[in-house]
Amino acid sequence: MTALPFLLLIAAVMAGYVINRMAAGAIRDRGDRLHSLIGYHGMFSALLILVPVLTFILLWLVLQGPVIDRMVMGGLPDGALDDLDSGATQLVLAEIKSLANGRVFGTPEDWKIAAGERFVQLSNQAAWLLAIAVAVLAVGLLAFARSRVAAEFRARQGVEGIVSGLMIFCSTVAIFTTIGIIVSLTYETIRFLEAVPLTDFLFGTNWEPQIPLREDQVAAEGAFGWLPVIVGTIVITIVALLVAVPIGLFSAIYLNEFAPRRLRSAVKPVLEILAGVPTVVYGFFAILVVAPAIRSFGQSIGIDVAPNTALAAGGVMGIMLIPFISSFADDALSAVPRALRDGALGLGSTRGEMMTTVLFPAALPGIVGGVLLAVSRAIGETMIVVMAAGLIAKMTFNPLDSVTTVTVQIVTLLIGDTSFDNPKTLAAFALGMMLFIVTLIINIFALRIVRKYREAYD
Amino acid sequence: MTDIANVPGGPQRASTTDLVAASLKRRHRKQQRLQWIGMGAISIAFLMLFILVSSLVSTGWQAFTQTHVTFDVYVDPEEIPEDRLPRGGFDDALAASLGKMLPGVDMSDRKTARAVEGILSNGAQFELRDRVVADPGLIGRTIQMTVPVSDPFDQLNKGLIARDTPEENRRVTNTEIQWFDDLQDAGAISKPFNWALFTNADSRFPELAGLKGALVGSFWALLTCFLIAFPLGIGSAIYLEEFAPKNKLSDFIEVNINNLAAVPSVVFGLLALAVFIGWFGLPRSAPFVGGLTLALMTMPTIIIATRAALKAVPPSIREAALGLGASKQQVVFQHVLPLAMPGVLTGTIIGLAQALGETAPLLLIGMNAFITSAASSPFDSATALPTQIFIWADSPERGFVSRTSAAILVLLGFLVMMNMVAIYLRQKFERKW
Repeated sequence: MTALPFLLLIAAVMAGYVINRMAAGAIRDRGDRLHSLIGYHGMFSALLILVPVLTFILLWLVLQGPVIDRMVMGGLPDGALDDLDSGATQLVLAEIKSLANGRVFGTPEDWKIAAGERFVQLSNQAAWLLAIAVAVLAVGLLAFARSRVAAEFRARQGVEGIVSGLMIFCSTVAIFTTIGIIVSLTYETIRFLEAVPLTDFLFGTNWEPQIPLREDQVAAEGAFGWLPVIVGTIVITIVALLVAVPIGLFSAIYLNEFAPRRLRSAVKPVLEILAGVPTVVYGFFAILVVAPAIRSFGQSIGIDVAPNTALAAGGVMGIMLIPFISSFADDALSAVPRALRDGALGLGSTRGEMMTTVLFPAALPGIVGGVLLAVSRAIGETMIVVMAAGLIAKMTFNPLDSVTTVTVQIVTLLIGDTSFDNPKTLAAFALGMMLFIVTLIINIFALRIVRKYREAYD
Repeated sequence: MTDIANVPGGPQRASTTDLVAASLKRRHRKQQRLQWIGMGAISIAFLMLFILVSSLVSTGWQAFTQTHVTFDVYVDPEEIPEDRLPRGGFDDALAASLGKMLPGVDMSDRKTARAVEGILSNGAQFELRDRVVADPGLIGRTIQMTVPVSDPFDQLNKGLIARDTPEENRRVTNTEIQWFDDLQDAGAISKPFNWALFTNADSRFPELAGLKGALVGSFWALLTCFLIAFPLGIGSAIYLEEFAPKNKLSDFIEVNINNLAAVPSVVFGLLALAVFIGWFGLPRSAPFVGGLTLALMTMPTIIIATRAALKAVPPSIREAALGLGASKQQVVFQHVLPLAMPGVLTGTIIGLAQALGETAPLLLIGMNAFITSAASSPFDSATALPTQIFIWADSPERGFVSRTSAAILVLLGFLVMMNMVAIYLRQKFERKW
């Protein structure tokens, strides 16, 4: 049923192309001189039908669901939803929908069955209405496009105008995505801040998002101070950088200056493999190999290490970041002008001295930019920490302890929870907002450093 | 040059040379040390990669085989009467038949019978049920069946359960080991390639769990992602590279694209959850929503790759076409874009490979649900390969450890394949101008 409008659309587009092309061909065969090639006449008709009708169908499909839901819920008998909150209302709606799909659990009330039937009826009506609307619209556009065919009609300009419009639309998708991110995060964060004051969120030192879902449930009050979460994030990020920066930097120095060309071209792709491994694989690696190894090493020297220590998650994240840092550092070192190298060597310094006293300081801004980007990666990295780091927020800087991160909390708060109206799920959006802001600032800052530095040497 | 060396003041110069010569050894040692550290750093990175791959292979390869037991099943009409189909005591019939293969087992003891039944995978009874339902004539006859054994016995057969650990610390008792050895001596045990890993969907039982649901889910998600990100990415790259006027709007778009490429993936998950699921009312756990989200994340990669490929086409091509009277769009779509296509495709494949491994946004839109059948459309609930890995990694059963590694090996296999195709395309079709 959903395929019908699309099939109609395809048929209309093809018909439009063929009809206009043939019409233009007939004019040409009469001996008149056409302004545009006959293919452009066909394309004009096809695009003129495709773009508006496809937009119409997609809009309709997006709006259809919510509108039908509202109509069904509005048509319920009075009093049925009186003492229900939004979560329970959603449940009623879900039940009605599953009734409509023919899945019956237990013995539903009569009004629910009636609503289910109404839902099916409305859905069918909507589908037919859409098909009819598409057919009318397509035929109208087809006739309009056909009426434009004439020897002097500038079909190519028409087609190129539509194509330009499409391309401009494509480029604005990036803007819409950014707007979407900002609006959705802001909207949910504001709703979160209605339940939890901003100062509690920003300066609270207690993160216990397990609030009671029902009135009678025994649970903690719920505390939403994000400081312990951000402390955990910082701990893991520092561990990751302590692994990634030295290894990445020294490999870049070696590869850039000392390695034979063949070794360099063999090593670089292998390092890139480390960057291409999905993070869920690193997460499994951390719990399968690294965490037990660190724990048994700690036991052998008499130190008690938590099973999901920050060292494991951070260390594995560091491995992931090695190629990131090394390729940024390599680029930065390569961007230093030849003259600086030659000058240092000409004054009699060894290549090692040239590297440490001239090249490295000259490349430092670029390297710092790369490290900052790595920091933002580490803060936003999710799967490794979800699998290998802890869940409980603790105010501790001890890397042997188990800490949690912003991303871990976002994922655990949202897994398997659908209702959008309790502070627990909204807290995830507030954390996401902070994550977005922090990484955005770091990224802009880092990109600015990298670009400025590049311009300085260009 | 010799003139310069002979200027007055030669003796001091000689002493400087001596000084330099004396320090040279130390300075070279210093350089040597820097080189050693560099090589050490690279070796550590390589070592880590080696440990990563070898630990996955060493735990994962076992999951590519599965222990099966072959035995004659008497389809007992008392347990499985025809008029009660598809219900019936299929498990009891299987256990009774298996018990006959084990010498000295008293099947009338309920506890023993349970234990014997425990050798077989829970899926065995459903296999028997499906066969009997398909052909009720089997009732009362004896048929040969090859079914998977349950996870502990699979592990025992693969040597993952040490027989010398004390019985109370082992998942199989001494009697059970004896039974298994009896079956092995009778030649009933086989260990063929584990096709079920690819033809079964997820299951609570490790020996039955497979990747079909995840592979199908990933396929739908990637298809959606490709169908959306590819045209949008190319369209916007062509516009920005070839047509866009240098103004504030173009700059703003560019800044946006660069920033989107660096936004943490989990934020895209939040966007999808709030907008696609919360506001648009699209279904949870659907690969279509996953594909939409991945498309937003892949688009910047495709745009950047396409722009680089377009830039690489020499201006002479454009000028020649323009000189012959082509319009600006004709130049781009008929000449520049076809020449840039290998680069565009390479970038797209690499972007899709990244999307295939992306996990966090899929978790947030609920693609980590426990689903025991493969999705038949992109709007059905499904898991994807990386989320399936996440689910299995979280499962407490021992058998899922090697399944997880095996799933990772499959995922890495796909990634390697996609990257190879990208490299092949680049080397085969890319032109150096």
